Amino acid sequence: MSPISTVRAIELSGIDKSFGNVHAVRGVELAIEKGAITGIVGENGAGKSTLMSILYGLYRPDAGEIRVDGRRVEMEGPHEAIARGIGMVHQHFMLVDTFTVLENVVLGAEGGPLLAGGLAAARVELARLGREFGLAVDPDARVADLSVGEQQRVEILKVLYRGARILILDEPSAVLTPQETDQLFRILGALKERGVTIILITHKLREILAVTDQVCVMRQGRIVAERRTAETTAEELAELMVGRKVRLDLAKAPPQRGPVLLSAEHLGLVDRRGTRRLDDINLALRGGEIVGVAGVSGNGQTELLQVLSGIRAPTGGRLVVCGREIDAARPADPGEMRDLGLAHVPEDRLRQGLVAAFRAAESSILGYQKDPPFCRHYLIDGPAVTAHCAQLMERFDVRPREPALRSSGFSGGNQQKLVLAREMAQQPSVLLVGQPTRGVDIGAIEFIHRELVKRRDAGCAILVVSVELEEILSLSDRIVVMFGGRIVGDLPAANADERTLGLMMAGEHA
Amino acid sequence: MRLVRRALPRWAEVAVLPLVNVALAFVIVGVIVAVIGVDPLHALRLLVAGALGSSEAIGYTLYYTTNFIFTGLAVAVALHAGLFNIGGEGQAYIGGLGCGLAILALDHLLPAWATIPLAILAAALFGAAWAAVPAWLQAWRGSHIVITTIMFNFLAAALMVYLMVNVLIAPGSMTPQSRSFTSAGKLPQVHEVLAAMGIQVTPSALNLSILLAVACCAGVWVFLWHTPWGYALRTMGHNPDAAVYAGTDLRHMTMLAMCLSGGLAGFVGVNELMGVHQRIVLDFPAGYGFAGIAVALMGRSHPLGIVLAALLFGALQQGGAELAFDIPSITREMVVVIQGLVILFCGALANLPRPWLQSLFALLSSPRVRGEVPAQRAEGS
Repeated sequence: MSPISTVRAIELSGIDKSFGNVHAVRGVELAIEKGAITGIVGENGAGKSTLMSILYGLYRPDAGEIRVDGRRVEMEGPHEAIARGIGMVHQHFMLVDTFTVLENVVLGAEGGPLLAGGLAAARVELARLGREFGLAVDPDARVADLSVGEQQRVEILKVLYRGARILILDEPSAVLTPQETDQLFRILGALKERGVTIILITHKLREILAVTDQVCVMRQGRIVAERRTAETTAEELAELMVGRKVRLDLAKAPPQRGPVLLSAEHLGLVDRRGTRRLDDINLALRGGEIVGVAGVSGNGQTELLQVLSGIRAPTGGRLVVCGREIDAARPADPGEMRDLGLAHVPEDRLRQGLVAAFRAAESSILGYQKDPPFCRHYLIDGPAVTAHCAQLMERFDVRPREPALRSSGFSGGNQQKLVLAREMAQQPSVLLVGQPTRGVDIGAIEFIHRELVKRRDAGCAILVVSVELEEILSLSDRIVVMFGGRIVGDLPAANADERTLGLMMAGEHA
Repeated sequence: MRLVRRALPRWAEVAVLPLVNVALAFVIVGVIVAVIGVDPLHALRLLVAGALGSSEAIGYTLYYTTNFIFTGLAVAVALHAGLFNIGGEGQAYIGGLGCGLAILALDHLLPAWATIPLAILAAALFGAAWAAVPAWLQAWRGSHIVITTIMFNFLAAALMVYLMVNVLIAPGSMTPQSRSFTSAGKLPQVHEVLAAMGIQVTPSALNLSILLAVACCAGVWVFLWHTPWGYALRTMGHNPDAAVYAGTDLRHMTMLAMCLSGGLAGFVGVNELMGVHQRIVLDFPAGYGFAGIAVALMGRSHPLGIVLAALLFGALQQGGAELAFDIPSITREMVVVIQGLVILFCGALANLPRPWLQSLFALLSSPRVRGEVPAQRAEGS
């Protein structure tokens, strides 16, 4: 570990912030060491993002003061934060896809009415930053052509270009492969060596342990613990975050395999532009087993879920779901798939899984709106729907338990639990789950995993698509790896580890 | 990004904000009226009296309201599906054609109790058919519905002129209108119905179409919020991806939404032709289709809101006509300006006074409102 400096880059004292009756941040005292990497962990809704938004000037605190380099600062807005050398890399990239890297970097800091001068200066500066921090990116490449990892580097470059000496990263690894994440950590290390102060917001304990010097745990708006990273463990941090003991490993019995409930033979999908999205997919899913689909996102997993769930019809090959044959000539829409006993938890719950503007109760029957008991005599039975939603919320611990609240009013983890609850409540024989725990906190991950295993043990065939290798490894009985729209590996979970899977995901056969 | 500014309580959102908007519009109108040399208060008195001052005035106000309800509902149903139906004008026109053709074909053969429902059905079917073509073009061919529905307004107008001048014109007539309907093709007037019940009111154009309008409001409400199809339609409007996920065929749903929308707009023809003109005439939609957009926006696309907005528009239409009649310096165009300002303040500028109201509420009840709904979610991640 690096030598411990006593200089404080940032001191927060007595920071308090409420939104209406939600007390998001309560009297936070926090000191960030200069030239170190500080991790901030906590469950969804613990107040991490709000705290960082206050530091970055997006919100004004109700009480408390902020000191940067020992001097008291009134954060009037992000421009104030930038002027003090604070930069933020958001979880969702804020890049213009059709612009080049160089154009994106100077955006908002053009330095004059004519672009040429600013661009030339930026090119020189970018080359320097690239050398100094190991952040090499082709300045003339279009952002749309870059990989996700490279796009993130552009975001970091943007912040450094504006002279940031204090860097806030919000869930930076959410979109990266394990290899890309390692690369990011090397970059963070290089930045630290050059004296940059880094604040890392995450809920992944592995990353905290791998890269930070100190870690602060937030729970319900408070900082409940501060630890030297070297002196703590994943178990301790998880317990501090959730407030009770958490089992990080998943105990499950060996699978009791039943009949094949879903099988794909030479399944293919060619999109409208003629690109082959799925190529010769062969897959058999048995009752009582969990099959994990590993792969870097964008290698056909999304399309696989779309075809298996009926959202898109296959253009080649054959699919059999609970005895019904499906091919290009005889497609089945998602409604029919549901009737066959196939349930689907989509990857992107906000875009597909629920309707943000609907009340939670309305979202809790999405896809089942024509089925009894929700619909009788062609009319939707409002009280029955509300009661159903309340029951789901109770069973899956969705908070707050308010069926009348808009779906968008719930945190990501609670939205996910609502969607999972809805799909599992139908007791499907085949369950497709995309990114079961994306954006979900540790306590809920544990719960969701145990529910999935419970359904497996009840004889359900489960397919899990996830970019979290750890999740795939702990949940699956069998793992298939996708690369370039093909299945490039199919192995029992017992024979798999992160390294072999990582190589297959990169298209190299292990 | 913005500082804490608490959301308004729901009752203020629904009741106070629109009233403030209307009041603002009338302040501006008052200034303009004063500039052309008329006492604004006098004009306002005339306007209100003209719209609500007598049973005849109320009758006409409600007659106009009926049309605004039909077109407002038409726009709202499409809006809930995420479709912007600008073609209410043409759908009303063709709906009227359907209504008129049905009556012309049947009024010598069937009694009124059989002709009237068939004519109403024909109005809905013709209006729906006129909306179905742009809907089909959007659903299967990707032509934008805003463009095609506008074009279909012109097509409808041209078609009607052709039909009225060349085909449907009454033999020997010099004006482009059909023969008069017989009494079997006449929708009872409200004053006649009331007279039969022993209540005497001054005759007006108000006819039983208003009951159809009320039934449509209830029907739309039940359909949108209490049937699985309405549920799927709203899902499509909010989030097409979620609708596909839920097993909805977006193309069929687009057709359904637009046909319902067109059918509702077609009922304007029932009110105008079967209720008032008693023959097929030209130009009877008179802008109701376009005004329906404002009615739907002002009424927040909810049947109840649409009824209130349609009442306001009906009152402005009738009161404005009286105003133009009584004060020569206020022309017909001036009345249009007044309506335009109300639409502007209630539609496009609807959120203008919101921050002021919010500050006012915060000031008035700072300790009490603290427990209200949070302005936004506390945590994003």
